[in-house]
Amino acid sequence: MIQALFDWPTPRALAVWAALAVCLLLAPLVVGSYALSVLVLVLYFAYVGQAWNVMMGFAGQLSLGHSLYIGVGAYVSAVLFVRYGVSPWAGAVAAMAICAVIGAVIGFLAFRFSISGVYFALLTIAFAEFSRIGFDHISFVGASAGLFLPVAQRTHNDLLHLRGSPVMFYYVMLALSALALFLCRALRGSKTGYYWLAIREDQEAAQALGIDIFGYKMRAVVLSAAMTSLGGVFFAFYYNNLFPEQIFAINRSIELILGPIIGGLGTLVGPLLGAFVLTVLAESLRSATDALGLNLPGLQLLFYGVCLMVVIIFLPNGIWPALKGRLGFDDDRRSGD
Amino acid sequence: MPLDLLANVTIGGVLTGLVYGLMALGLSVIFGVVRVVNFAHGEMMTVAMYAAVLAFAWFRLDPLWAILPIGVLLFVFGYILQSRLINPFITRPEHSQFILLVAVATILTNGMLMIFGPDARNAQVGYAYDSFQIGPILLDKVRVYAATAAILVASALFAFFRYAPTGKAIRACADNQLGALVVGLDVKRLYALTFGIGAACVGAAGCLMVLLIDVTPTLGPVYTLLGFTIVIVGGLGSMAGALLGGILIGLSEALAGLLLVPSAKSMFGFALLILVLLFRPQGLMGKRT
Repeated sequence: MIQALFDWPTPRALAVWAALAVCLLLAPLVVGSYALSVLVLVLYFAYVGQAWNVMMGFAGQLSLGHSLYIGVGAYVSAVLFVRYGVSPWAGAVAAMAICAVIGAVIGFLAFRFSISGVYFALLTIAFAEFSRIGFDHISFVGASAGLFLPVAQRTHNDLLHLRGSPVMFYYVMLALSALALFLCRALRGSKTGYYWLAIREDQEAAQALGIDIFGYKMRAVVLSAAMTSLGGVFFAFYYNNLFPEQIFAINRSIELILGPIIGGLGTLVGPLLGAFVLTVLAESLRSATDALGLNLPGLQLLFYGVCLMVVIIFLPNGIWPALKGRLGFDDDRRSGD
Repeated sequence: MPLDLLANVTIGGVLTGLVYGLMALGLSVIFGVVRVVNFAHGEMMTVAMYAAVLAFAWFRLDPLWAILPIGVLLFVFGYILQSRLINPFITRPEHSQFILLVAVATILTNGMLMIFGPDARNAQVGYAYDSFQIGPILLDKVRVYAATAAILVASALFAFFRYAPTGKAIRACADNQLGALVVGLDVKRLYALTFGIGAACVGAAGCLMVLLIDVTPTLGPVYTLLGFTIVIVGGLGSMAGALLGGILIGLSEALAGLLLVPSAKSMFGFALLILVLLFRPQGLMGKRT
């Protein structure tokens, strides 16, 4: 795993990565506040997409209920902060621990009873929906009336308590996405990563080769859950309000998985590229309909749906696998795809 | 708790559950044969509900009779959807199919939002507030009619799959796709027919739902999930299971609304789903494979 970190990509890929890193680091100095908010969204989706990709893209376990970990992560850190004044970073550790346990429980139940495929996906939805309705009735966390964080003062950045300007949130999210990227890169080159790929491609063959499929699937779920919960912590402190109806909603799970699938499932670049393409697409559709004076509700999402359909029909493996061959990248060669 | 209230709520729940069951039957037929999870099922029902509301507003057509034209309409929609869009996806992985149907659902929901706006609509039939009285038990007329119609449609479907040659051919596809190909069945066309039949089923259920609830463009996802819950609880591929699952969910919602807070009612459905998935993944009436 450590070795993989020093396994450099090709010079060409390295140059592109470096250029991208510089652009992202300098972006807040150049762009306006609207573009910055879009970039924060891109990074958020890139991060949670990467987290989801660990489970589905690497290990082949389809979860449609990741809003559960976003929601629990958000609520744990926000409640600790609002009620007990605990720093969000300590709260994040608690959130990760709790989500890891939840992921382990769901994984244990599902894999012990050998539930897979569509049934597993439905089980994850059921847990997320169950929690949504449950949180709606827990008055300690504000129930359906919502939980509010004291509104951030924009003049002074308090990194310890995650209170401050959008620029601070941008860098926090950038750091998280970069960490997730490195972690996933290292994982994919590791023994665990190869075992996951084997399970994803053919679970029975992997088992026949002596891979502990239960254990490795558990690792994927637990890691993915813990990583996703950090996205929830960010969500809580960036938006400052939490409603179970919104944060546990199935839409939250769906929007999170579109990026990696459209970008390229199981690749490292996919979640990042997918998040960028989809978020920018959604925002430009909004600007375009606004500019044309068409404020018809639903129009923009209708176009979004059409674009989604076109991409999935013509690029079944996502954008990145179609793109990288033409760009001459072989960064993903180790995945064998 | 007065006993007659409990009886009223129980019977009301069962009657509503039969309509849920009809909706889920469409989902079950589609998944059982085509092996594609129709993530746009609730959205298709919403389309049918709007069609029923319009048919009532324009032609004073009772939603119970609107089942026939709207069933045909949805059949055509489902047939085209499957033959043009989904057939190339049947060999693709699940997540790919999922995105395609999520895209269909997004387009349907937002198309309806653009056409009809966000406000709730309904069809006020003349008998909306009438009821039958049997001793101490009061039955809403709409529920009785809707449940009866649901049973009739489900029976027609059951008979089709049991006795009609096309129905038998579809069952053959579901049992063994390769075998069906070998004996010369046009599997792709049968898939399109099946999706059409499933869509007609949910279309009929949509007409009946108009009698029970108001329609808004964003109703879809809740009913898609409800459909999954029912189908898994009852047992995928089992037609009787879908109806039984519908009754169980309708009943649990009604009782939860009476005994606890009404807003927590769907929690029971999901709890039931989790338990069934864990301990009887083939569903209550499903066969173990």
